[in-house]
Amino acid sequence: MEYLSLFVRSIFVDNMIFAYFLGMCSFLAVSKNVKTAAGLGVAVIFVLLVTLPINYLLNKYVLAPDALMEGVDLSFLSFIIFIAVIAAIVQIVEMVVEKFSPSLYSSLGIFLPLIAVNCAILGGSLFMQQKDFAGIGEATVYSLGSGLGWFLAIVSLAAIREKMSYSNVPAALKGLGITFITVGLMGIAFMTFMGINL
Amino acid sequence: MNAKIKETILNPIFKGNPITVLVLGICSSLAVTVTLKGALVMTLSVIAVCGLSSLVLSILRNTIPGRVRIIVQLVVVAMMVILVDQLLKSFEATYAIDRQLSVYIGLIITNCIVMGRIEAFALGNKPWPSFLDGIANGAGYGMILLVVAFFRELLGSGTLFGVDILGRFGYVTNNLVILPPFALILLGCIVWVQRSIQKDLQEK
Repeated sequence: MEYLSLFVRSIFVDNMIFAYFLGMCSFLAVSKNVKTAAGLGVAVIFVLLVTLPINYLLNKYVLAPDALMEGVDLSFLSFIIFIAVIAAIVQIVEMVVEKFSPSLYSSLGIFLPLIAVNCAILGGSLFMQQKDFAGIGEATVYSLGSGLGWFLAIVSLAAIREKMSYSNVPAALKGLGITFITVGLMGIAFMTFMGINL
Repeated sequence: MNAKIKETILNPIFKGNPITVLVLGICSSLAVTVTLKGALVMTLSVIAVCGLSSLVLSILRNTIPGRVRIIVQLVVVAMMVILVDQLLKSFEATYAIDRQLSVYIGLIITNCIVMGRIEAFALGNKPWPSFLDGIANGAGYGMILLVVAFFRELLGSGTLFGVDILGRFGYVTNNLVILPPFALILLGCIVWVQRSIQKDLQEK
């Protein structure tokens, strides 16, 4: 039951995009049509799902105060360790996908390497460190939930932007401006989940 | 040469602003704009990280092999961010800096402005202009951050830097402005104003 509530919370209430603005750059750049948006979304889910549990274990058994040795606190190294793990995993995932599924590889294209610098991934690890989960199960559920939340957000924004290309937007607002405002309004809609106590 | 340096400094602040024109580095920034103080701390941190990592990587630019440059860049940037974070931690108690900010300071590593400027400028230019370019981009980013934070704190809590401004005129605080989505709507309005003035930036 706790897992379920954590899962729902991380998708809707603590949505990476609408509650924390993480992964905004690629979110705005790659949301012009639904198909590519969905591809990037799947890649984010996958990378989050792999890196977050690894970073959880590293944090628990190496970086946390007194974890490695009595009196040794390595938590100041967490930024550099987390980003190294993420960069390495993205590299490995890229090679594996290229070898075993060339069609998926070509459809993801440039997005895959770019995920290494997607804030949602590093942000997930840093929030995990702050939330202090009890076990690796919770960390995994959290990573899956946040990935799904990100996927949901980018696909819905892409759908709205596809429809919006038919509407009459003021010239100065076209493109970036109206996208910002749309994301803001979507965020307000997502706020309604905030009151839910699970 | 002097005109070139002036251009390096002024361009990122107005015409090529990293947030409103290049759409870089929105990720880690908007959650810190609820109060002016948070925005100011974030601005100074980004300016420091951006300037120093551009400087270091520009000095190293001829010794880094092209194939491993991303990793080298990440390591240098992460090092600068750790320095800033440790510095802030030591001042945390004195200046009552919000604990939540630490996550967003960490996210400067993946802030596209830092990496973008290193890729686009520092790796091809001498250390001094690169340093200035990094600082100017940090400042252009910070300017937008401070404008957003100004309106959010003024309209949301009726204060500026924690000093009561509107409250004494009987202003009722507006919680909508404090919520994260409003930062995006404000940003949309800033883009709107900027593009109405500079018509050549408008998208077709």
